[in-house]
Amino acid sequence: MTMLLEARGLQKTFVAKRNLFGRATAEVRAVDGVDLALMAGETLALVGESGCGKSTLGRMLLRLIEPTGGTLTFEGRDLLSLPEAELRNLRRHVQIIFQDPFASLNPRMAVGEAIAEPLLLHNIVPASERRARVAELLEIVGLRPEHAQRYPHEFSGGQRQRVVIARALASEPRLIICDEPVSALDVSIRAQILNLLRDLQQKLDLTMVFISHDLAVVKHIADRIAVMYLGRIVETGSADAVFAAPRHPYTRALLSAIPVASAEKRASRIVLQGDVPSPLNPPSGCHLHRRCPHAGERCRTEEPHLQGDARHRVACHFAGSLPPADSILPREAAPDATLLRLMSAFETGKTETTPQSET
Amino acid sequence: MSGATAIVNAGNVPETPLRRAWRRLKARKAAMFGLVVIIALVLIAIFAPLIAPHDPIKQSWTAVRKAPSALYWFGTDEVGRDLFSRIIYGARASLAAGVISVGIAVALGVPLGLLAGYGPRWVDAILSRVTDAMLASPFLILAIALAAFLGPSLTNAMIAIGITATPIFIRLTRGQVLAVKVEDYVESARAVGNPRWRIAVKHILPNVMPQLLVQITLTIATAVIAEASLSFLGLGQQPPSPSWGSMLNSAQRFLTNAPWMAIWPGLAIFITVLSFNLLGDGLRDAFDPRERG
Repeated sequence: MTMLLEARGLQKTFVAKRNLFGRATAEVRAVDGVDLALMAGETLALVGESGCGKSTLGRMLLRLIEPTGGTLTFEGRDLLSLPEAELRNLRRHVQIIFQDPFASLNPRMAVGEAIAEPLLLHNIVPASERRARVAELLEIVGLRPEHAQRYPHEFSGGQRQRVVIARALASEPRLIICDEPVSALDVSIRAQILNLLRDLQQKLDLTMVFISHDLAVVKHIADRIAVMYLGRIVETGSADAVFAAPRHPYTRALLSAIPVASAEKRASRIVLQGDVPSPLNPPSGCHLHRRCPHAGERCRTEEPHLQGDARHRVACHFAGSLPPADSILPREAAPDATLLRLMSAFETGKTETTPQSET
Repeated sequence: MSGATAIVNAGNVPETPLRRAWRRLKARKAAMFGLVVIIALVLIAIFAPLIAPHDPIKQSWTAVRKAPSALYWFGTDEVGRDLFSRIIYGARASLAAGVISVGIAVALGVPLGLLAGYGPRWVDAILSRVTDAMLASPFLILAIALAAFLGPSLTNAMIAIGITATPIFIRLTRGQVLAVKVEDYVESARAVGNPRWRIAVKHILPNVMPQLLVQITLTIATAVIAEASLSFLGLGQQPPSPSWGSMLNSAQRFLTNAPWMAIWPGLAIFITVLSFNLLGDGLRDAFDPRERG
């Protein structure tokens, strides 16, 4: 596998307060030195609670938000030093799908025109073939070619997200960043959209960054996971490894919070004390130390760095000495039992993924 | 998923925002009254030569200051010109001034507003200060000053009113752009590789059109008053061509013995301005997404 995108020490600080002369007096470190390596063809899930910086990180990967520090390379090219015009050309290869399909489509642009826009901007097919390509794209995402004439308000949430996906696919990208693509949708439609994304990924050999707070969804779709807390990655590794044996106390707390359908399999829930600290004034050392049941003196003073092998790395001083994870997590507990059932229901009736089924 | 339900329900496509606005506008009597009067005024202005019973500038020393009668419906003025014909021809000056000056204001103000709202920050800083300064002086005073500077003629009056009204559109457009540019679809437009100018024209501008349309209608009313005021002062339409404002001016000397000379142009201005204001208010309500119906 080849490296598609690499981030080193990526950082974003937002100015929260300015003094009279416009000088920053308070800053929020939304993303605080993140390293990421994305292999071609894989799906990386960025997981964390709201406010942990995962969306900011996702937007920085295509420079929708300018990083304040660090480096970012895409296929070996330095993204951060690209001039505006070249950056626009490069956006052809990296696309993003937003959370809210009701907000991410221009209400005054017909769906066909919206999908044709990347084709026009990047000159992907000649003007005469554009209509045919739009029809093709609509069919790929399970809509009908006639839908091209319609406006976003004529569609349901699930259909709009399909339109958004078709638009993202139009420029034939190599990397798609999905920022909570299903969390604004009805539960019944989530499975359809997730299946669509997974099918497309396999069919088109896409690389995906999947941002989510929903671990059940992540488990279904991700090859690799990176767990974020207050702007830092605290644990990363292959999805199997992280789900089977989470090593960071924060990941364990997150995983134990997944609702389990069956009563016998319910494991003890780990509840972290207190709230997420303000990113304006994060705790010293390990950001979690005030809430962590295992924190020691070292956690207060020294910031832990990611350690471990390529399969599984964790940023915790006591990762080695924590009790084994098996006692916390039910083994093969199928934490996403409801979702799995939904998936299978929809998978048998694949033809139903036409728009009508979304009523 | 009500949207999808509607699609499946056999062709019962939900109406576009524009159709919805039109349906709601039709339900408002005052706005429709305004619209009908405006259409009538436009037709009168266009077909003035066919409608007017007399030549509006032909003087007659045998018919000076005649009261309204079967021959002269609105009476005559101090040099014996038919007031009815002059009111009809005066609609041309008023409407042209209203539409053209607002056209100038929109042509200047909207692009500058887009630039202020979506361009570099220093452009916004400069444009906003200039706008603030222009809006700080009263509309009519600024228009008079500019018209006096440019010289008296209807064209110069329109230019003066247009420039005076420009900051209204800069500010409105800028404000709307600031509201729209944080929407997800604008970020999405950026993500697919749109250049900035294209985002401004294709993604932002269409979404600020409703508010612009409301403001255009209301500003036409202001511009009609401004033109009448400038003509009243002799800075607009030049004699002998008829204009409601200059008719009022000549009428003021005869208010006691020929009140009809003032009543008709006054009424014409009143009805025109009222109609544009009613239509503008109706449009504002019709486009308001918070209102139901």
